[in-house]
Amino acid sequence: MTVTAVRTDPHKLTLTIEAEFDASPERVWQLWADPRQLERWWGPPSYPATVTQHHLAPGSRVEYGMLGPRGDRHRGYWEILEAEAPHRLVFRDGRANADGTPNIDIPPATTRVTIEQVRVGRTRMFIESTFPSAEAMEWLLASGSDVGRTQAVGQMDAVLSEDSLATHRD
Amino acid sequence: MFGALADHTRRDIVRRAITDEEGIVELASHYTMSFAAVQKHIAILERAGLITKQRVGRRKVVRTNLEQLRIVRRLLDQYEELWRGRIDRMRELIGETVDALDISTSEPISEPADALNTAETKESHR
Repeated sequence: MTVTAVRTDPHKLTLTIEAEFDASPERVWQLWADPRQLERWWGPPSYPATVTQHHLAPGSRVEYGMLGPRGDRHRGYWEILEAEAPHRLVFRDGRANADGTPNIDIPPATTRVTIEQVRVGRTRMFIESTFPSAEAMEWLLASGSDVGRTQAVGQMDAVLSEDSLATHRD
Repeated sequence: MFGALADHTRRDIVRRAITDEEGIVELASHYTMSFAAVQKHIAILERAGLITKQRVGRRKVVRTNLEQLRIVRRLLDQYEELWRGRIDRMRELIGETVDALDISTSEPISEPADALNTAETKESHR
């Protein structure tokens, strides 16, 4: 199993996931640092991503677009807060408007990535995502179409939760 | 690392507020920390929509919003699925580079057939 631990904390709106790879920290870092590799794992197969800007340094941004199965286009960005190759990456993960500017209606999540060597040829990666609010989490999921629609079957729950959230907001 | 995420006080507040109809002062009396610290926890929970302050007669009580708690759990589950998918794709990518290296240093491959044979042998031993 690649994923070795998962922790969700509804009180802090945080997801932490831990994975191990048979590779060096440098190799795992490349998954994030090489835009061509990033494109191949960021979006699910039905939502291929194209990275249009990529620079991992504090204050820099990564920008990408995703094309959905119905021709729907989505744009997103990372605002890099910390980057220390090959061990640490912290960024705000937000959605962008059609022109690439951040969509301020959807507050970004903050994602912290930690990469460390377990032993030679074995690397552990921690990912911790924290959301500013439940609404933001829902919008981030829905507008990136990362999950809901791609997992098609059995995801009617998502629709139900959208309904109940909509009522909730009134 | 995971330990830092678990906040027992907030969990406890949410648990109490499911059944007990207590005001902030009463809630705070259960904990040794300052009233201000408890207030801060309550504010965080309120912002997450997990608790609400409601008027019951003349009192203002803290209540857990179970519906919201369920929604948040479901959203976190979806986010977990998203990251599991990404990590699967990461693993495949890393596997590809390893394969590519193997191929570049060896003869054209007859390995898949060998792998099948091995698998069959294993099967027949059962």
